[in-house]
Amino acid sequence: MSEQIGTVTWISGPVVRARGSRYVGMLELVEVGEERLVGEVIGLNGDIITVQVYEETSGMKPGAPMYGTGLPLSVELGPGLLKSIFDGVQRPLPLIEIESGSFIGRGMRLDPLYRKDRWKFTPTAKAGDVVSRSAIIGTVMETETFEHRIMVPADLSGTLSWVAPSGEYTIEEPIAKLKVGNQEKILTMLQRWPVRKPRPYLNRLRGTTPLITGQRVLDTFFPVSKGGAAGIPGPFGSGKTVTQHSIAKWADAQVIVYIGCGERGNEMTEVLQEFPHLVDPRSGRPLMERTVLIANTSNMPVAAREASIYTGITIAEYYRDMGYHVALMADSTSRWAEALREVSGRLEEMPAEEGYPAYLAGRLAEFYERAGYVETMNDHIGSVTIVGAVSPPGGDFSEPVTQHTKRFIRCFWALDKSLSSARHFPSINWLDSYSEYLDDVAEWWQEKVGKDWLKMRNHAMELLSEESRLSQIVKLVGPDALPDEERLVLETSRLLREGFLQQNAMDKVDAYSTIQKQIRMLELILHFHERGLRIVKHGAPISLIHNLPIVDTLIRMKSLIPNEELEKMEDIQKQIDEQMSQLDAEYR
Amino acid sequence: MSDVIVQSGQEVVGVGRITGPIMIVEGASNVSYDEVVEIRDGQGNLRRGRVLEVGEKTCVVQIFAGSTGLSIDGTRVRFLGDTLRIPVAEEMLGRVFDGLGNPLDGGPQPLTDHYADVNGQPINPTARIYPRDYIQTGISAIDGLNTLLRGQKLPIFSGAGMPHDQLAAQIVRQATLGAATDAPASGQVEQFAIVFAAMGVKHDVANFFRRSFTDSGALTRVAMFLNLADDPPVERLVTPRAALTLAEYLAYERGMHVLVILTDMTNYCEALRQISNIRGEVPSRKGYPGYLYSDLASMYERTGRIRTSEGSITQIPILTMPSDDITHPVPDLTGYITEGQITLGRELDHSGIYPPIAVLPSLSRLMKDGIGQGRTRGDHPRWGAQLYAAYAHMQDVRSLASVIGEEELGEVDQKYLKFGRAFEKEFVNQSLTENRTIEQTLSIGWRLLSMLPKDELTRVSLDELKQYYKGDDADH
Repeated sequence: MSEQIGTVTWISGPVVRARGSRYVGMLELVEVGEERLVGEVIGLNGDIITVQVYEETSGMKPGAPMYGTGLPLSVELGPGLLKSIFDGVQRPLPLIEIESGSFIGRGMRLDPLYRKDRWKFTPTAKAGDVVSRSAIIGTVMETETFEHRIMVPADLSGTLSWVAPSGEYTIEEPIAKLKVGNQEKILTMLQRWPVRKPRPYLNRLRGTTPLITGQRVLDTFFPVSKGGAAGIPGPFGSGKTVTQHSIAKWADAQVIVYIGCGERGNEMTEVLQEFPHLVDPRSGRPLMERTVLIANTSNMPVAAREASIYTGITIAEYYRDMGYHVALMADSTSRWAEALREVSGRLEEMPAEEGYPAYLAGRLAEFYERAGYVETMNDHIGSVTIVGAVSPPGGDFSEPVTQHTKRFIRCFWALDKSLSSARHFPSINWLDSYSEYLDDVAEWWQEKVGKDWLKMRNHAMELLSEESRLSQIVKLVGPDALPDEERLVLETSRLLREGFLQQNAMDKVDAYSTIQKQIRMLELILHFHERGLRIVKHGAPISLIHNLPIVDTLIRMKSLIPNEELEKMEDIQKQIDEQMSQLDAEYR
Repeated sequence: MSDVIVQSGQEVVGVGRITGPIMIVEGASNVSYDEVVEIRDGQGNLRRGRVLEVGEKTCVVQIFAGSTGLSIDGTRVRFLGDTLRIPVAEEMLGRVFDGLGNPLDGGPQPLTDHYADVNGQPINPTARIYPRDYIQTGISAIDGLNTLLRGQKLPIFSGAGMPHDQLAAQIVRQATLGAATDAPASGQVEQFAIVFAAMGVKHDVANFFRRSFTDSGALTRVAMFLNLADDPPVERLVTPRAALTLAEYLAYERGMHVLVILTDMTNYCEALRQISNIRGEVPSRKGYPGYLYSDLASMYERTGRIRTSEGSITQIPILTMPSDDITHPVPDLTGYITEGQITLGRELDHSGIYPPIAVLPSLSRLMKDGIGQGRTRGDHPRWGAQLYAAYAHMQDVRSLASVIGEEELGEVDQKYLKFGRAFEKEFVNQSLTENRTIEQTLSIGWRLLSMLPKDELTRVSLDELKQYYKGDDADH
């Protein structure tokens, strides 16, 4: 399969040029040097082939051979993906550790999916069935609770001439034969798909179901719909990774693909050590069982970092095509953009803004457009939701990656350093963030909680933006100059900020809020405001309202009342009414 | 010039072009990328360099010691056929080396046949152990609010003229493995070592650290790699890597707990910018190359613990922020890679607070996993969040007070102001030799929090208030 196609002539870091065959294709996978380092063709000019190499090129010499594979960079798809951790070009990191020890060696050629495992295959199609692309022909229990649906490859259709009987097979053993025209193709549970080519689907639908994360500020204030795309930009130390981890832990997706793209090694280790011990509240199984990790940390080769995003999204699409809801976290897309910039620089391309290549926006668009709520080729409904972290230099949101990202996402969770400095977590700034999915998901909320979520949410937002306006005045003249009605806005906003928006990921009770709890909390705080407004009008002084014991209770209810004991909220409502009425009686 | 097939160790006579510390060697083939070269000038003096880019007939070489005195025809270049390696051995502790790992103290070359590639290799994330053991530095603002863990990389962001060196030296002097306040002290002695790398700092600074290591009796456990301000800037690109290569050997093959101090990373980045500039690379921000992030990461990520060794590497890089600007590319990219940062504040420094640690912009990302029940004390996480929140609110109050005057503030806000002043004077401030236990740090914090009304303290639990709050409205 791999014949020599050229000879290396020039090497500069991850970029290598070779002279050779004019029949090498763009984006073809090649192997360079005697160590057979994996690379991808990124430029052709006459007989000069330009390649980005996914491994460290130290020690390589001009004259080294280059081998072609005839295939584009592809990922392996099949049972065994879940619970895995791969590098940016889908090499299994645990096996690399067995092969080369604690440090990642070079020229490691390992199969992404373990070949020897036997999976119990249950056919759902039979010989003679006419099957279209991606048709489901059988199932495998990939974990105890997760059904992996075995599909016809997404680029083949025809008539099944044989389907294996129920039994245990490895991913390389035939499980069906497909007649395509006059040819008969052997199907296995293992498939390959080129990473840069989106997998096909039948129809794109409007996503009307929110991705529920249990994070109040996201679910209630800035929801992202399943199949949507959200961006989390923030300077360092503002909590991007913690937010991404929280979503990976709690999101109600069936599969999570987490891409650590150019980030810290210890963070990936944290996920690796934590997720097997955390239990998915929906399936009751360890979170790791629904997770695929792609780790290309900042010190791993930069070209593989560029590929990691595509590796991840292709795996996500594969599970989507089975009819699952998948959430993909990419932390951080800025590091991916920097990898583009670095390779572009070595190619001496004309830079656009801040040294980034002019095709940056195009690449970002291609990536985010692979999110979607779709009708799959096999008539299921599936979705891929993308949550991309952005790391703007100096926290400046006007830089190119943030700006271009904003064009292709509809949900913007702006992290704020001053909030994280004050230990307000998640430090998502409610005034700078937005979600364009509000109207899309409003009906779903109405159905699930039976209350007008959007109205309450908007009311709370009004109070918060009023607070921001008022605090400008307070900064100039102090709070005493404001009338009590406006000071009540400040008081309620404080409750919203400390009692609702702030959420402690370390606190057992507070880490995850059901939507029922969220809406009830919001309702109580707004009820407090409404009652407060009435008694303030009757003359009750704000300082006494501030000192009511209920204020402290409202701030602490998030960690005092577990999701299962929401009836206790009734008691809080009673307390609000009692304490307010009592105060009212004194001043009426 | 005829083509010469260069075997390892063979020489090419004459070079094509020399620009600053970069030269282009023509007519050499069989040269490998990242190979080390030995350069002999007309007088026969040797210096070393490294191949940055290689084509069929030409290659670009970076000269560590600079190109002064090199001529086009009189220069001989010998290709050594290997990437840059330095000897590593336990005997290197107690010694002083230059930026490339050659002895500076008049002693012999370390006796070992173990030579390690200065570039190292990335640690496989699956092979790491997540850091959980906290290091007690005896400094309240660090132990209490920005706890340092073993295997963490926690830089000090400073500015010119601030006492970052004193702080780093104090950390080195006082650092011990922390124990839970309720656990008995363990008598176990662990092997520790310090690797110190100086990049472009003044002689005084290097001497200060040396004296400080001597005073604390640690000098025999320290290996120093010095590339001082008047040493060739290009050598600076190797200095931290040489230091980390030794640190990796000591930690992962000798099982020691190694603390690495790198100072000053800003000088390192400037050297990198200089080379990039001469090579005509496309600059990104402020002229720094687009790969600055990856380059810094290749050093900072050489920190941590791995499963196959007892040892650990903890890094404290020091960098001075040009005009105290935290958004400058060097601190900015560093902050994105490291696990937090200790930021020094000019205003605190001016008001005579030592260490002038600006608490709000400081952070330890790993802290949450190294503190609390069984590690420091159960109330520590919420206690810390409360101190942060109160101090952050105090900043708002302080700026309000500067507009409307302190007397116009409400009663509660006045208490916040008092709290803020006491926080800086009594909590952050401590002497150069004061070594506080975690217990002391926590109790100072509670004493300060007790200056505030109880219902302001919403971050701590009601039980903790009952146990530790000593304010006017405490339950009796």
